[in-house]
Amino acid sequence: MEEAAISTPTSSATATEPAVELEGITKRFPGVVANRDIRLTVLPGHVHAIVGENGAGKSTLMKILYGMQRPDEGVIRVNGSPVSFRTPGDAIAAGIGMVHQHFMLADNLTVLENIILGSEPRRRGLGIDFAAARRKIKQISDAYGLGVDPDTLVEDLGVGARQRVEILKVLYRGARILILDEPTAVLVPHEVDELFDNLRGLVREGLTIIFISHKLDEVLSVADAITVIRRGTTVASVLPKDVSARKLAELMVGSELPSPETRESTVTAEVALAVRGLTVRSDDGRAVVEDVSFEIHKGEVLGIAGVEGNGQAELVEAIMGMRPAQGTIILGDADISGWSTLRRREGGIGYIPEDRQRHGLLLGAPLWENRILGHQTRKPNVKGPWIDRAGARADTERIVREYDVRTPGIDVDAAALSGGNQQKLIVGREMSSDPVVLIASHPTRGVDVGAQAAIWDHLRAARAAGLAVLLISADLDELIGLSDSLKVILRGRMVADVDPGSVTPEQLGSAMTGAREDTSAERPGSAAAGAHDDTSPERLGSAAAEAGEEA
Amino acid sequence: MSSSFTDRLLGRVRLGGLLAIAAPILAIVFAGIVTSIILLLNGNEPFKTLGLLLDFSATPRTQVMILNTATTYYISALAVAIGFRMNLFNIGVDGQYRLAALIAAAVGGALTLPAPLHVAAIMLVAVVIGGLWAAIAAVLKATRGVSEVISTIMLNAIATGFGAWLLTPERLAVPVAGSNNIGTKPIGPSGQFPGLSLIPGTTTKVYGMVIVAIVLGVAYYVLLNRTRFGFDLRATGRSESAAVASGVNVKKMVVLTMILSGAVAGMVGIPQLLGASYSYSLDFPPGLGFTGIAIALMGRNNPIGIGVGALLWSFLDNSNDILDFNGIPKEIVIIMQGTIVLSVIIAYELVHRYRSVAEQRRVSRQLSAGTPAPAEGAAA
Repeated sequence: MEEAAISTPTSSATATEPAVELEGITKRFPGVVANRDIRLTVLPGHVHAIVGENGAGKSTLMKILYGMQRPDEGVIRVNGSPVSFRTPGDAIAAGIGMVHQHFMLADNLTVLENIILGSEPRRRGLGIDFAAARRKIKQISDAYGLGVDPDTLVEDLGVGARQRVEILKVLYRGARILILDEPTAVLVPHEVDELFDNLRGLVREGLTIIFISHKLDEVLSVADAITVIRRGTTVASVLPKDVSARKLAELMVGSELPSPETRESTVTAEVALAVRGLTVRSDDGRAVVEDVSFEIHKGEVLGIAGVEGNGQAELVEAIMGMRPAQGTIILGDADISGWSTLRRREGGIGYIPEDRQRHGLLLGAPLWENRILGHQTRKPNVKGPWIDRAGARADTERIVREYDVRTPGIDVDAAALSGGNQQKLIVGREMSSDPVVLIASHPTRGVDVGAQAAIWDHLRAARAAGLAVLLISADLDELIGLSDSLKVILRGRMVADVDPGSVTPEQLGSAMTGAREDTSAERPGSAAAGAHDDTSPERLGSAAAEAGEEA
Repeated sequence: MSSSFTDRLLGRVRLGGLLAIAAPILAIVFAGIVTSIILLLNGNEPFKTLGLLLDFSATPRTQVMILNTATTYYISALAVAIGFRMNLFNIGVDGQYRLAALIAAAVGGALTLPAPLHVAAIMLVAVVIGGLWAAIAAVLKATRGVSEVISTIMLNAIATGFGAWLLTPERLAVPVAGSNNIGTKPIGPSGQFPGLSLIPGTTTKVYGMVIVAIVLGVAYYVLLNRTRFGFDLRATGRSESAAVASGVNVKKMVVLTMILSGAVAGMVGIPQLLGASYSYSLDFPPGLGFTGIAIALMGRNNPIGIGVGALLWSFLDNSNDILDFNGIPKEIVIIMQGTIVLSVIIAYELVHRYRSVAEQRRVSRQLSAGTPAPAEGAAA
């Protein structure tokens, strides 16, 4: 009955100072601009959502706001007065608290001990005043309806309760502005509902919440205002009542970028890579990729669309042999399911990894050594057991030339290159061994527009020459423009086949988030597979609505 | 983007040109200052003390001793460095070489073979035992994820106990003539490695094994920098995730590298065994494995750097006897060694920071001056 409270503050709060105001925030790392001209106004008593794809610059922004990194340019104002944070301690002193995505709690301590850790109330300067702490925790817990018992051991708590302890921890330190970094990533749907109830309770008491997410349905159900970040800068500030999930998805991934059109088909009848019944389990036994099957023909680009974290990374790692999986993978005529990563690479699979700095490069090594990485058994890099320095160096020069890698030379460390040039080097390397299949995971993420167009050109040329490409991307234009066929992945399953020739980014966006109003682009057969599951797409939205009514 | 402190500590981050030399010089100067202060506090004159050390080290016999000890230190540091290049901390070089030397000595004492074969057999036994002992830690890490730091430290203790058990008269030991020491049966002349009369003016000979140590240093460089195996090893050390994605079997690399490190560790006792004592007795030099760790850190896993470090360390160890004669406590040398290692680490850190700040400045200068501003986000 109180659900009206979440949308009313706009009227009452606009008169006061914004709780947090960022103006022209820019943060550069060597060779990369992580944040550019960020503008953000968060009103007090609001749940303000910041949305954007992974890598869009959300986390850098939050680190700046929490004092973990200092901006190169720009002004931060808290409650109207400019601040300059050197450490998180300064941010806490200004009333800003952060709830990290990964909990920072000691399992073998009680809730009370965890909360006071680092800011223990003293009794006559010596002993710890547990009684006072317990009183204060009780009081905060009751005031905001968190329902936290100070004397339970953290190891006995579920994930949702641990998160409430984290929230209480920052409230205990006097925070009036809370930053929640992807708080729902670790929660199951009913815990998400509980969290949202708690958040509504907190803003009712006058707190301000900055909520970082890329889950659009959740953002729309809880936020009072939304700011969208794309490619390091704020591209829009909207009110949830004015936008649909589709519109938001479009803002997030962009639809006005140069279009990577490839219309004339080069698809052949010959299957290059076939995946049958592939299932990947996480360490706790949950299926993160479930019974996935597809075929890619020579000259075909198969795009996989999906909101990040729906099993794309695990699918790729399973195909590369970096992660154990059940099911069959067939390359050409050979069943490669039991092959090592090296043998799969030698067999003709090229790999552009999602995280180029962790998986694609040796940052501290020169470019020519990076040319060898992943190709350390093949010409021109080796002669028998020996590294062929001259051969590797000459071929690195060729890649630098043909792929337009901007670098002073091939002896500089890979870390010195900008993201786009690092990526061009990786693309050139993976193409240079004439692969049969290319696994391209977010091939243009974090690269500038020029490098993006160049990488698209190379992919198109290779496709015309008969390469089969598995393209995973969060950029819907890239997916639609490059792919010959498209599949949508949701919670580890392929839920829809889409024709890239007729689908629009809006339709694809809603298929990815599981919103079902628009089914014109989907083939009902495969979509039905996920429908009877407990965590099926419709569940989140409707469950949140139910919770709202109960409150 | 930035490298971790461990990477810099273990020398996996390259430092360019002059700076690479500036760091150790800075460190030794700093260590000299600290030692001077301590000497002054004790009422001794720093320059006089240094003069005493240098004078004593100039005597022919001491020079031979310095070379001989440095040979042992060098091999020990190489063994440690092999692991360091892959992020493996083989703290167990100490146990590996002691056990290897003991068993190799026993086998050598029991065998009679033509000279080259006898020496080769003893070295082979030492290498195999060192490798096997390290393999225990390697397999534990690869199959069970046991930290090699913990397991090698514990294996050191086990090697001590096991060695003591083996070195009893019921098993491998015989009494050493003319003392109440016990040791393995002395190795016959065919198993002894001839020394070199390099330094005139003394009858003491330089270990012939100094040549083997140099060969090992060259082999270390070639293996790491010129072979596929070395590339995989360095790649794994730099970024395990990238190595996995590039098809390196990291578990196999852990096992091979650890065994290789242990095999080289098995050689540590050989110069002493085949060049001087010909028997493993209770007074066989202990602790060489830990000295090796310090020298590998000092030399940043570079074969030349390690050589310089081994000579410096050996110089301090062998010339300090003269200090006691002059009323200066020779323990001052241990303080100096400790300070050198610490200051080398700090100096490399300082130089690295200076270098990365300079590079950041250069990059941002190029970004603002050169090409048109990058178009990130410009489409919005």
